[in-house]
Amino acid sequence: MNKVVANADEAVRDISDGASIMVGGFGLCGIPENLIRALVRKGVKNLTTMSNNAGVDGFGIGLLLAAGQIRKHVGTYVGENKLLEQMVLQGKVELDLVPQGTFSERIRAGGAGIPAFFTPTGVGTMVAENKETREFDGRTYVMEHALKADFALVKAWKGDKWGNLVYRKTARNFNPMMATAGKVTIAEVEHLVDVGELEADLIHTPSVYVNRIFQGESYEKRIEKRTTRKAS
Amino acid sequence: MNKPGKDVDKRERIVKRIAQELRDGFYVNLGIGMPTLVANYVPPGIDVILQSENGMLGIGPFPVEGQEDCDLINAGKETVSEMAGTAYFSSADSFAMIRGGHIDLSVLGAMEVDEKGNLANWMIPGKMVKGMGGAMDLVAGARRVIIAMEHTTKDLQPKILKKCTLPLTGVKVVNTIVTEMAVMQVTPTGLVLEEVAPGLNADDVQRLTEARLILSPDLKTMGS
Repeated sequence: MNKVVANADEAVRDISDGASIMVGGFGLCGIPENLIRALVRKGVKNLTTMSNNAGVDGFGIGLLLAAGQIRKHVGTYVGENKLLEQMVLQGKVELDLVPQGTFSERIRAGGAGIPAFFTPTGVGTMVAENKETREFDGRTYVMEHALKADFALVKAWKGDKWGNLVYRKTARNFNPMMATAGKVTIAEVEHLVDVGELEADLIHTPSVYVNRIFQGESYEKRIEKRTTRKAS
Repeated sequence: MNKPGKDVDKRERIVKRIAQELRDGFYVNLGIGMPTLVANYVPPGIDVILQSENGMLGIGPFPVEGQEDCDLINAGKETVSEMAGTAYFSSADSFAMIRGGHIDLSVLGAMEVDEKGNLANWMIPGKMVKGMGGAMDLVAGARRVIIAMEHTTKDLQPKILKKCTLPLTGVKVVNTIVTEMAVMQVTPTGLVLEEVAPGLNADDVQRLTEARLILSPDLKTMGS
């Protein structure tokens, strides 16, 4: 079994126009930088991206937006991206906003064989419009459906050649669920190690979910808001 | 009428008062913006563990300059630090924690709150929609919801209404409203005014509130 590919360009070789793509990350934290750049280089268009945020102008998913490659974005908060705002208002990009917990659970369900589930989130708000609701133990819940994608692009800190993945701190976020919900899951890691080097108890994403893995390079790991305190 | 002064003073009064609601062993989620300042006023001698929706329990202070770690941010995308007892987990686990009723207290801001405890804080129709993020899950799941907000808009229009006009974040989700002028509780019979800021009386508060305030029999001065 050989899941290792040489680089990001190799990894995205079969992504074509119109594909649906989950992209890991919260803000700019834990985003698959190399894979995003490879998609920009490849020039695939009419993509449906699914990611918590939409990057910032000039970085992350913002690069795909600026290159006009995105037809539709599904996410939970896009306030950091002014370009997206413009493109939505101009009708160039379709935007689907989902509550973050619902988004997380829809993706988890997508990878876990759960076609739909009930959640209290959004009941009585715009989110629940035109959706089935049901009462359980006297409380109203709204039905939400699983989310899957043609490709899931995830970023991990360490991965072995089978595709076992370990994430680092808050760079974990959506990556584990997205890894399970892509028809093809591609992982970029900062450290690619031999099988057997990762401690089994500490693996976050078991290898079964990962189809391709490669070691990323030139990580910028940009910080969106650098907040500090004075040393005492 | 004697109105509390500058914005910074208003905010400090609000978050200081909310911090008085914290209890030892509380797991708390603080929304972005003003609510994050509640962390600066945790009463001494108690443990309060902050949860961040992006997958962290036990949030430390902002790091010392030079120690910022791009893999270590809070829900507002600011760099933070770890503390003893910190745990990391995925977004699905984070919202299972929130939605499953495991968070004792959620503090959020608001554009509008009404007397039934409905909350609107994510969208103004006609303006760009930035998204609701984790707010809808937080209000649906937290054991208690406290709103931290200024009592009126900049043009002195009421934000505490009979009925919210903006798209809702949640229905009947708010328990307590704390502003620079007052502390109010949402109850089955209506909005009860429990505390009034020093130098103000109940009429001063009602004048800037659209919802009808029920006066608590134990009405007292804020924070006393």
